[in-house]
Amino acid sequence: MKTTLRQVLRSPRFMIGFCTFFLLLVIIFSYPIFNPGDPLEMIGLGTFFKPGTYVSLYDSVDAPRIYTLKLADSAANRIAAKLLPQDRVDMKDWLVLYGIDEETIDIEDTRALLELWWRNYDPDLRIDGMIRARHNAYVRLDRKLNGLFNSEDLTILRPNPETGEIEELLVVKDSDYVNLQDVVNVRVLPLGTDNFGRDVLRQLVSATATSLLMGLIAGTIATFIGLLLGLISGYVGGWVDDFLMFFINLFTVIPGFILLILISYSIGQEERSATTVAIVIGLTAWVWTARSVRSQVISLRNRDHVNLSKLSGHSLPRIILTDILPYIASYVVMAFILQISTAILAEASLSMLGLGPKTTEIFTLGLMMNWAMKYTAHLNGAWWAYYPVILTIALISFSLNLMNTGLDQVFNPQLRS
Amino acid sequence: MSEQIVNNNTDRTPCMSGTGVTKIFGAGANKTVAVDHVDFAFYPGELISIVGESGSGKTTLIKMLLGLTSVTDGDIFFMGNKRDIRTRKQKKEYWKGIQAIFQDPFSAYNIFNKIDTVLLDCINMRGGRKLPKEEKLRMITEACEFVNLKYAELTNKYPFELSGGQMQRLMIARIFLLRPKILLADEPTSMIDACSRATILDMLMKLREEEGMTIVFITHDLGLAYYVSDKLLIMEKGKIVEQGAADQVILNPQHRYTKQLLADVPKLTETWHLDDEAGPATFIRANPNA
Repeated sequence: MKTTLRQVLRSPRFMIGFCTFFLLLVIIFSYPIFNPGDPLEMIGLGTFFKPGTYVSLYDSVDAPRIYTLKLADSAANRIAAKLLPQDRVDMKDWLVLYGIDEETIDIEDTRALLELWWRNYDPDLRIDGMIRARHNAYVRLDRKLNGLFNSEDLTILRPNPETGEIEELLVVKDSDYVNLQDVVNVRVLPLGTDNFGRDVLRQLVSATATSLLMGLIAGTIATFIGLLLGLISGYVGGWVDDFLMFFINLFTVIPGFILLILISYSIGQEERSATTVAIVIGLTAWVWTARSVRSQVISLRNRDHVNLSKLSGHSLPRIILTDILPYIASYVVMAFILQISTAILAEASLSMLGLGPKTTEIFTLGLMMNWAMKYTAHLNGAWWAYYPVILTIALISFSLNLMNTGLDQVFNPQLRS
Repeated sequence: MSEQIVNNNTDRTPCMSGTGVTKIFGAGANKTVAVDHVDFAFYPGELISIVGESGSGKTTLIKMLLGLTSVTDGDIFFMGNKRDIRTRKQKKEYWKGIQAIFQDPFSAYNIFNKIDTVLLDCINMRGGRKLPKEEKLRMITEACEFVNLKYAELTNKYPFELSGGQMQRLMIARIFLLRPKILLADEPTSMIDACSRATILDMLMKLREEEGMTIVFITHDLGLAYYVSDKLLIMEKGKIVEQGAADQVILNPQHRYTKQLLADVPKLTETWHLDDEAGPATFIRANPNA
C-alpha cells in the first residue's frame, strides 16, 4: 500500500494533473472570498464590455485631490487617441490619390501622418475623378484635424441645488490627474462582461464549481451503477449475467448522448436544475464502466483466493467486498476520474444545445458557452466571453485525464517502466 | 499396509463417492468434456492419489467435489448420503467436512487480508466465534506449531510476505484448525522447492495419522503418488482409466496409459551414455526386463 502510494506520488503525469486540478479547486474556493457577490448580477448596461479597469467618471471629478503632472508624451498620446482610425484611413486614401507612394505612409505613426498631411493637403486642389461630396468631406476632415491641438481647459458645471443656477464646479487642465485610489468607484473586470453585462470572471469561477459538482454527482452515479451491475453480472454469472448483459448491451447500442438529449428534452426547461441534469448524465454514462468491471470480475472470480474465501464459509456480499472489490479498486478509481471528466464534457455539450440546467438560477460552463454563442460573441470579437470557458473545460479534462493515465501507469504492470 | 486398508473397505461406507460424474464446458460445437462419467469411492482414512497429465480433468474433478463448480451429470455422495448443497447454509455445512489446499500458494491468499484474519476465519467457521480471545490465540499458536511456524513471527503480516513453502504450510495450519473429514490437495507441492516438498508431505501424512483425515492428493508425479498413497486413480482425457490399490496399479498396470506413465517415470537405474563419435548424447534406458 505504502509503496503504491509513493509510486503514485512520484508519477509526474499524476502530479501535474493533480496540481492543475488542485489549483483550480483553490481558485474556486478562494476567489469568492476575495471577490464576493452574485455571479448573476448584471453590472454593465450593454453587451460584451471588454476586459479592463473601469473608473467612475462621476466620482473621478469628485476626487479629493487633483495632481498636476507634466508627462512628456501625454500630449502626443492624447492627440493620437483623438485621431480616429477611420480618419487615418481617409487621410491615407487622399495622400495616395495625390501621388504619395503608399509604402511610405504609416497610419499608425500619428506625427508622421499629420506632417505629411499638412505639407501636401490643399483644400483648393481638385483631384481628378473625385466627386464633390468626397472633396467636401476632406475639407471637413482638415478642419477637424486643426482642432486636435486644442488644449483649452474643460469646465465642469453643476446646477446649484438651491437656486438652480448653473455654477462652475471645476476647471480641468490638460495636465490634471487623479490617483486611481482616490476615486471611489473603480471596478476591475479582468474578463470584461458578457451579453447581459455580468462579470465573466466571477461567472467563470462559479460555473467551474457548479460543473465540477455536476461532474462529481454524475460520475458517482455512473460509477456506482456500473460497479454494481458489473460486480453482480460478473460474479454471479449464469442467467443473471445473461439478463444483465442483455440490458447492458441494449444501452451500449443506443448512443448515450442521443439518449441524454431526449431525456433532457422531455424533462423540460423549468424542471431542469443542475442536480437533475447531473443525475440524467450519470444515468446514461454507466455502460462502459459496467462492461469493464464485469470482465475484470470474471477473471477474478475463479482465482484461488476467491475459492479459499468460499471454502471459509464467507457470504456472497463479504466475498464481493473483501475478495473482489479491493482487487479492482484501483481500476474503479480510474474509471471514476474518467467519468467525472466525461460528465463535465457532456454537460457542456448539452448546455451548448440549450438543454442544460435552468438558465436563470445557476451558471455552468456549458451555459456560458451557450449564451456566448446565442449573442454571437465570436462575431463581435468578444473573445473573453468564450475563450476562458473553453480553456477551463480543457484544463479540467486535461488534469483529470492526466491523473488517470498517471494512475494507470502505476497500477497497470504492463505499462510500468 | 495399504492393500489391507483397501481390502477391508468393502464392508464400510465410503466417506465420498461418485457415479457417472460428468462436467461439460460450453455447448454445441465448442463443447469440451472435462470429466467424463467418472465413478469413484473414497473410504475414511485413505490417502488417494489422482494422477494424470495436465488437462486430464483432475482439477475440474476436485472443483466439483468441493462444490465450487456445478456438476453437469452424475451423483456425488458425501458420508453415504447424496450431496445437497443448493443453499448457502448447506454449502457452509458441507465445507466444514471437506476442504482443499490449492496448487499455487502465491495466488491462494487475499493480498489485503492479514494472516491473523485467515486463521481466525477458520476458528469462526468451526463455530468458535464466541470463544475468548486467549482460547483463539491458543488454537492459532497450536496450529502454527503443527506446521513448524511461529505465530509471533506471523502476526500482523500479510501472506505474500512469506515464502512459498511457508505459505503452503500456513494453508495446512488452516486445515489443522478446520479439521475436515476430507482434504483435497491439488498439487500442493508442485510450486515449491524440493526441500519444502518433503516437509509438506510429512505434514499431510501427520494430519492423516493424527486426525484420521481422508486425503485426496492430486499430482502428475506417479513416483510420488506411489510413495505416499494407498490407492491410485489414473485419469486420462476426463476418464478414470485405471483405479485400485497403489501396489496393484504400479506393479501390475492394465491400461496402456498407465504403462506409458510408468515408463516415463525417470528411474535411478537409468544412465546417460555419451556417444563420442555421433556427437549428440543419447539416452539409453537400462531396463532390467529388456
